[in-house]
Amino acid sequence: MVCKEVIRKLSEFLDHELAPELAEELSRHLARCDDCNIVVDTCRKTVEIYCNMEPLPLPEDVRARLDRALAGKLGKKNA
Amino acid sequence: MPTHLENEATLVADARAGKTEAFTTLVRQYDRYIYRLALNITGNPQDAEDVLQESLLKAYTKLGQFHGESRFYTWLVRIAVNEALMKLRKRASEKSVSLDDPIESDDRSVMPREIEDWADNPEQRYAKVELGQILNDVVRKLEPQFRTVFVLRDIENLSTEETAEIMGLSVPAVKSRLLRARLRVRDLLSPYFKKGKG
Repeated sequence: MVCKEVIRKLSEFLDHELAPELAEELSRHLARCDDCNIVVDTCRKTVEIYCNMEPLPLPEDVRARLDRALAGKLGKKNA
Repeated sequence: MPTHLENEATLVADARAGKTEAFTTLVRQYDRYIYRLALNITGNPQDAEDVLQESLLKAYTKLGQFHGESRFYTWLVRIAVNEALMKLRKRASEKSVSLDDPIESDDRSVMPREIEDWADNPEQRYAKVELGQILNDVVRKLEPQFRTVFVLRDIENLSTEETAEIMGLSVPAVKSRLLRARLRVRDLLSPYFKKGKG
């Protein structure tokens, strides 16, 4: 496997969606190619960082307007 | 992915029976996630707020159509993504840009630009709020076609199939856009996370 193919298959490799023999071939390439190893490793970190990201609380003004909109709608349905 | 309420099924049943406080409890659990999703897809705080409100109001109206085949949150995400995509398409049509144009598959655009190693646990260099800002800014630099796929797959943790269904794309198209999005995000994060920085 050459570097270009590694990059093309990188995403599926990280998602464990590659056929086992292709994943092994890609792993063998990584063992001998520093550049690809760095790209795969930093891409894995990218995905992990975003997956673990917690959202910030709703801004207070957004929360206040949302509460008013919901109260209006929910109140109407109950009326 | 948010923590789900243990009594979610009961709350949904109560909300469907007209108990408004049950619906309020449900959406309180998820509203900041829906706002983040909307903000990441639309890239615009006013549009994100509209999407948040419209999605939750629509969810309340359509509650009778939710039969528990998925988590309540997943159902809510679908509604919100559709609302956000409508906003995005409206904005794109104002600028005469299509979100659904086929993506050029040129190897040069896929190959990473930055090959610098990152520090271990690079995210720990930044305070939580600062890190959140960096991550959000980077996502918003992606083109909409790539941004939406990245948001659904890597922030909302939807499956490739779910993402394809919501976006009306084939699974290979989702995979192709996700690869480009991930590589681009990685390139954009490198200046913040590379070894020796900070």
